[in-house]
Amino acid sequence: MGRVFGALLWLITILTVWMFVSKKWWLPPAITEHGPAYDRQFLVTIIIVGIAFAGAQIALGYMLWRYGARRDSSRGIYSHGNNRVEMLCTAVTAVVFITMALFGQRVWAQLHFHEAPPGSAQVHVVAQQFQWNFQYPGADNIFGRTDPAKIKDAELNFVGLDDADPAAKDDQVVTTLVMPAGRDVELTMTSKDVTHDIWVPELRFKQDVVPGMNIKVHFKPVKTGRFELACAELCGQLHYKMKSYLIVLPEADYDALLRLPQAQFQARITELNKQPLGLPGEQY
Amino acid sequence: MSEAVPVPEAHADVEHHAAHHHGPPTSFIRKYIFSIDHKVIGIQYLLLALFSVFVGLIMSVLMRMNLTWPDHKWPLLGSLFKVGAPGGQMSPEFYLSLVTMHGTIMVFFVLTTAPQGGFGNYFLPIQIGAEDMAFPVLNMLSFWITFVGLVVLVSAIFVEGSAAFSVSINPNSAIAKWVAKYLEGGGSGTVGPIGGWTGYPTLSALGKIAGPGQGAGVTLWITSIAIFCVASLLGALNFITTLLNMRTRGMALMRMPLTCWSWFTTAILALLSFPVLLAGGILLLLDRHAGTSFFIPGGLVVSDKLLTSHAGGSPILWQHLFWFFGHPEVYIAILPGMGATSHILSTFARKPIFGYRAMVFAMFAIGLLGFFVWGHHMFISGMSPYSGMAFSVLTLSIGVPSAIKTFNWLGTLWGARIRFTVPMLFAIGFVSLFVAGGITGLVLGQTSLDLSMHDTYFVLGHFHLVMGVAAIFGMFAGMYFWFPKMFGRMMNQTLGYIHFWPTFIGVYAIFIPMHVMGLVGMPRRYASFAEYQFLTKTHPLVMLVTIAAIITAFTQLIFLFNFFWSIFKGPKASDNPWEATTLEWTTTTPPPHDNFGGKLPTVYRGAYEFAVPDAPDDYVMQTTPDATEANVAADGDGHTGQGSTGNGHDGHH
Repeated sequence: MGRVFGALLWLITILTVWMFVSKKWWLPPAITEHGPAYDRQFLVTIIIVGIAFAGAQIALGYMLWRYGARRDSSRGIYSHGNNRVEMLCTAVTAVVFITMALFGQRVWAQLHFHEAPPGSAQVHVVAQQFQWNFQYPGADNIFGRTDPAKIKDAELNFVGLDDADPAAKDDQVVTTLVMPAGRDVELTMTSKDVTHDIWVPELRFKQDVVPGMNIKVHFKPVKTGRFELACAELCGQLHYKMKSYLIVLPEADYDALLRLPQAQFQARITELNKQPLGLPGEQY
Repeated sequence: MSEAVPVPEAHADVEHHAAHHHGPPTSFIRKYIFSIDHKVIGIQYLLLALFSVFVGLIMSVLMRMNLTWPDHKWPLLGSLFKVGAPGGQMSPEFYLSLVTMHGTIMVFFVLTTAPQGGFGNYFLPIQIGAEDMAFPVLNMLSFWITFVGLVVLVSAIFVEGSAAFSVSINPNSAIAKWVAKYLEGGGSGTVGPIGGWTGYPTLSALGKIAGPGQGAGVTLWITSIAIFCVASLLGALNFITTLLNMRTRGMALMRMPLTCWSWFTTAILALLSFPVLLAGGILLLLDRHAGTSFFIPGGLVVSDKLLTSHAGGSPILWQHLFWFFGHPEVYIAILPGMGATSHILSTFARKPIFGYRAMVFAMFAIGLLGFFVWGHHMFISGMSPYSGMAFSVLTLSIGVPSAIKTFNWLGTLWGARIRFTVPMLFAIGFVSLFVAGGITGLVLGQTSLDLSMHDTYFVLGHFHLVMGVAAIFGMFAGMYFWFPKMFGRMMNQTLGYIHFWPTFIGVYAIFIPMHVMGLVGMPRRYASFAEYQFLTKTHPLVMLVTIAAIITAFTQLIFLFNFFWSIFKGPKASDNPWEATTLEWTTTTPPPHDNFGGKLPTVYRGAYEFAVPDAPDDYVMQTTPDATEANVAADGDGHTGQGSTGNGHDGHH
């Protein structure tokens, strides 16, 4: 039985490794500046993990193959261990794991440990059960005042824009997230009701959107295209339908879009949403 | 449970031992229901877990069916759940309630009860040579409080949906009306709470205004967890006291079986983590029903209504409290499996465990570090990114003691004479699955990589393999191993093999593909993936996983049959059918009421003395006196005068 079990372990190892190596199911193409660094870190990690996984399974299979077949009455090795081997294995693992942990902070630090550069494109995100609202500052580049008391979904005032504020007059609120390529984007995010999470696989980025908090995050999209945007934190009955789109435009197009008056802004978004999903020429 | 009728000696001794002994109870109620015998309580826990695991299993199959055939109508489902699955098609809230209940039942009532409350209760006192737990009445209370917790949890399924409710009770009856009134109406049209087993506020704190599945079901769900916390606390206290105070003569700490170490570590984790969850649960209940705002900030607009009744709370506070419990909980689930695996591997490898001391220290290191890593569940929660970094480095360092354990299991098999019994197969399976599931923690534990992997199916694959399936393999190993001692009969070996192979292959086929689904970006807790085009390429995998899950689930019926059939019809077991060394195998099968028939054993050596050169057999029991060998200086905590061989001498060979 040892040989059967050993061989089965090796077969499982091969199939498991194949699932990853075949890249049939892999990360979608990255569209942010930190994307390639993320993908590199992921690849290095998954290779180390893969080696450790395969190594352990192959060794386990070998033990079963080798020591499961004896039919004689001889005894096993009377050993209570080996401190030197133990120390060596511990040291090697510790070095590999801690090194990996430190390298694993780089993309994180690059994204989170400093403020968005001046001149970043600004978008306010207001999540609600089961809709994403994205607020743009308009031509004046100043966000109008908002007030939860003024929120009225029935009147399409999803973020509670205060009409009394002149800066609010040209603000645009739509359900599609639009960003410029090649410029840092800062999202200021909050939720009206429960915790949501903004998730676009191509961005290599995810962030909970928490009621009562204004969470600021930033990153730099570098490739244009249209992508699906999902909610990744359980938010209630229709969580699975809380879908929107991310459209990354060339910088000039983005600036032009922001200068459009309200009616045309909406029409332009509708038009942009007709383009196929994915990177241009690489639809999924 | 063909337990002995009181023997005359026991009566004769009653007066003499009155302070410490309780004679075997004679009434059915005191013997099998409200028993204070740790063995009966252990079996009660196991039966509770067995019931729960099948409920959780059925729920998982239902979820897979919905994900794979979202448009199919299942008439049976429709007639059982008129509201949850109208016309036999699941509503998204029905799906989410399955998600919630599956998680809660499995984590609390299976993974926490069976390995610790079940096997730990039964075998910890016997393995250390004690006659019972330190606090037998507390032990009984601990079980029955757990039982109440389960009843409350299961009732949460029924209060939310009026139609589901009507399956059991006529909704117009007086009692139904009273219950409905007590629970603020209920009947929101689902079949239970839908907040996930993590129950994040504000969703879980706002009540019915936050949508279906947020009403009375959530209240009962929290109540159930709070009750469970109390029960676990009582159990943990009992385990710790028993182990520290009631070891028999010669049972130095460093001679204990690794199972005892694992139950001990687990009990410490439970003692320190459950109170935090209990506090969190009470705060959440207060937010829901007493108008407090621990977790609810001001200015919320829910379902287009401005909430003026709450201000000043933080949803993230709950996550800290929850995961301060939740991460140690992962180790509460897996550590006893590690103990059982070490124990069983050594027994059937016919070799001493490799690196006994290292195993003990690794277990404690895992337990200790387990308290400093809860934040890795919260990297993207809005918590400070600097704390995220600290949690990340600590998280990856847990990989080190985990790796030590794996080395030592492999070391134990090296040069072994393996006997492929059914418990051995499951123990080997545990090692394989523990590695497969645990190792991806190195991916998820990195803040950077979590940016993409968080809350995807990669996470599902990871934790199901390591804390779900590996832990359950540990339980299966323990069940096949200890069954003869508990019930006096052997389980059927052929059925055991037929149970093992498809289960082992099946769980890999279920959970490995989930990892690559996660790479593609599949979010967890989605009732349907139809909305998203980027997930189209995962559809063949979704189908594969579901088919594997159905086959694996049905395979478990073989175990169920084997279990009950063997209790009554299995071949009679001898006192030591596995030729094992520890104290449970020195007493009769099944053990008498006071475990050792009034004569406590004396221990002369460590727990894993197999393949000792020159010994008559290839194993030496812990109770075998060793006259010939010169007494080696006492090991462990040193208060044993007896000679000792084995454990504590790692590396001297």
